[in-house]
Amino acid sequence: MRNGAGIKRRFQKRYDKPPVVLLFVLPAFIPLIVFWIYPICRSIFLSFTNWDFISPTYKLVGLKNYLSLFRNPRFFEALWHTVVFTAGTLIPTIVLGLILALLLVKNFRGSGIMKFILFSPWITPTVAISIVWTWIFKADGGIANTILSALGASPLKWISSSDTAMLSVVIVTIWKSLGYAMIFYLSALEKVPGELYEAGALDGASKWRQFFDITLPSISPTTFFLMIITMVNSLQAYDQIQILTQGGPSGSTRTLLYMYYQLGFQEFNMGQATAVAVIMILLTVVLSVFQFKASEKWVHY
Amino acid sequence: MSEIILKNITKEYENGFLAVKDVNLEIKDNEFVILVGPSGCGKSTTLRMIAGLEDISDGELLIDGKRMNDVAPQHRDIAMVFQNYALYPHMTVYQNIAYSLKIKKTPKAEIEQRVREVAETLGLTGLLDRKTGQLSGGQKQRVAMGRAIIRHPKAFLMDEPLSNLDAKLRGQMRVEIADLYQRLNTTFIYVTHDQTEAMTLGTKIVVMKDGEIQQIDSPANLFNFPANRFVAGFIGTPTMNFFDATCTEEGGQLVLQTEKGRIPMNEKKAAALRDGGWVGKQLSAGIRPEHVICADRGEEAVFEGEVGVFELLGSNAIVYVQTASGRMVMNTSDLREYAHGEKISLGVMADMVHVFDPETERTVTN
Repeated sequence: MRNGAGIKRRFQKRYDKPPVVLLFVLPAFIPLIVFWIYPICRSIFLSFTNWDFISPTYKLVGLKNYLSLFRNPRFFEALWHTVVFTAGTLIPTIVLGLILALLLVKNFRGSGIMKFILFSPWITPTVAISIVWTWIFKADGGIANTILSALGASPLKWISSSDTAMLSVVIVTIWKSLGYAMIFYLSALEKVPGELYEAGALDGASKWRQFFDITLPSISPTTFFLMIITMVNSLQAYDQIQILTQGGPSGSTRTLLYMYYQLGFQEFNMGQATAVAVIMILLTVVLSVFQFKASEKWVHY
Repeated sequence: MSEIILKNITKEYENGFLAVKDVNLEIKDNEFVILVGPSGCGKSTTLRMIAGLEDISDGELLIDGKRMNDVAPQHRDIAMVFQNYALYPHMTVYQNIAYSLKIKKTPKAEIEQRVREVAETLGLTGLLDRKTGQLSGGQKQRVAMGRAIIRHPKAFLMDEPLSNLDAKLRGQMRVEIADLYQRLNTTFIYVTHDQTEAMTLGTKIVVMKDGEIQQIDSPANLFNFPANRFVAGFIGTPTMNFFDATCTEEGGQLVLQTEKGRIPMNEKKAAALRDGGWVGKQLSAGIRPEHVICADRGEEAVFEGEVGVFELLGSNAIVYVQTASGRMVMNTSDLREYAHGEKISLGVMADMVHVFDPETERTVTN
């Protein structure tokens, strides 16, 4: 104890002068302030104005932007699309990513190549991927419909119909993030000690029980991490929507982020756009806090 | 409550490596069997085959007369304690111990009662709500045993259960395991490379080397009547001294001639040597350090040399002596100080000499 206190005192003595501490923190702090904290504060401020993105002047309008959003059915539609998109990408990405990892965790001939192929969409620019998928989703002669008709199913209109456009964007997003989830699950699965399964087997646990009682709890920190990352990624999805559907047809793939983009940079209503952005930040924070709270129950470190 | 029989059990890995070769072993009810040997001798593999964690390449495993080769570990009714404990890290001590009962859908009240009983036996009562990560090595070891005990299995398998503990705790847990065996009255099969554990715990010891059984015997017989040179050297600390000697006859008396002296053979040993046709031939002989004596009081000197290292252990001392026949170790209770480099003559207790065939290393006479 005496020794520990001594070290602490010495440490404090050396670093108690604010300028010295600041010197070390600044390299990380300056970019954070310039590119993150300041823009956020600025956005929050702008959401209370009627700035049109071009004029040098603007007026404070109080809560008007928020109130008109809450009266706008387009906003709730976008909110609903965001929920559908996030849930629709989050759950399949995690479930399918885990299934792929379980299939590939045992090394066999060609498993390395398969892992690489499955992971490659993650490192390919979303814009490029999305362009390829617009070809795949072509109603006439696209691969997606060719496969459907080969299976005897009737072809779909994919991104050109408001019924299937969201499904299409969701498919592309899952396909892109699947490999990422798989890689994290692979390393998590490899770290589960084999002896736990042997102990489980001797305790009488079937393979299924071993999966639910040993595998799932052991990889729960990875599941939690992937849930947060995938959720944030889904809330921020823009590239694939921009290339595939531009929020259409008839607003069927317009998420909150895409609405922000349309309000701010197409309709030049920066006040309302930043109000959407502020609501998104709040939404992200609330969801993350909720997930962290819930995680105490099911994540085992 | 169970009898385990291994018939010609062989384990060959996919790369052709033979880990266990034609092992035959009969384990009776309530026996405490120790599989002991140096690392890589196949003892753990044998244990894991009994548990069902490794496939049996050839041979037959019978538990209570039933062939178990293709029965999954879940259905063998055997409990195992692992070297690294293999506790479920996300469960509490209570949940770890209760897990097997929970799988069997045992009523909650009965689980609760049985867990409390086991915890009482092992001194874990105050720790039941802890996560396993908060436990010390010895406590983890107890939980691992609790998880095994609660099922009332046909047999307990233990794979080097004490090797992750520090020396003091190991001694303490060894006594607890011996105590547990007395109380539970079940079959124990215990793997270790530590011959002290083997000698103190086992009722029957199986010494293995290179996948083959060298000797199956009681601790006392293993020590006094080793079947070959390997067993003689493996059991006992400090390890047995080995030296070359020639069997010669002097006036009707058989002696082992060393470089410096003669060891007379008693009638029993002489008969065995004559029967084997060893008279006039070179042999390998062994003598335990506790049977080496200082020959400065008129006993016949068999070795002469210089004292190397002298270790005073309290009630006894270990003296390492460099002789013409190699290094000889003497374990003596005569507590005089030996100086480094001191010239010394050593004798042996002639009746305690072991003689081995230098080619096959099998025991000629004990």
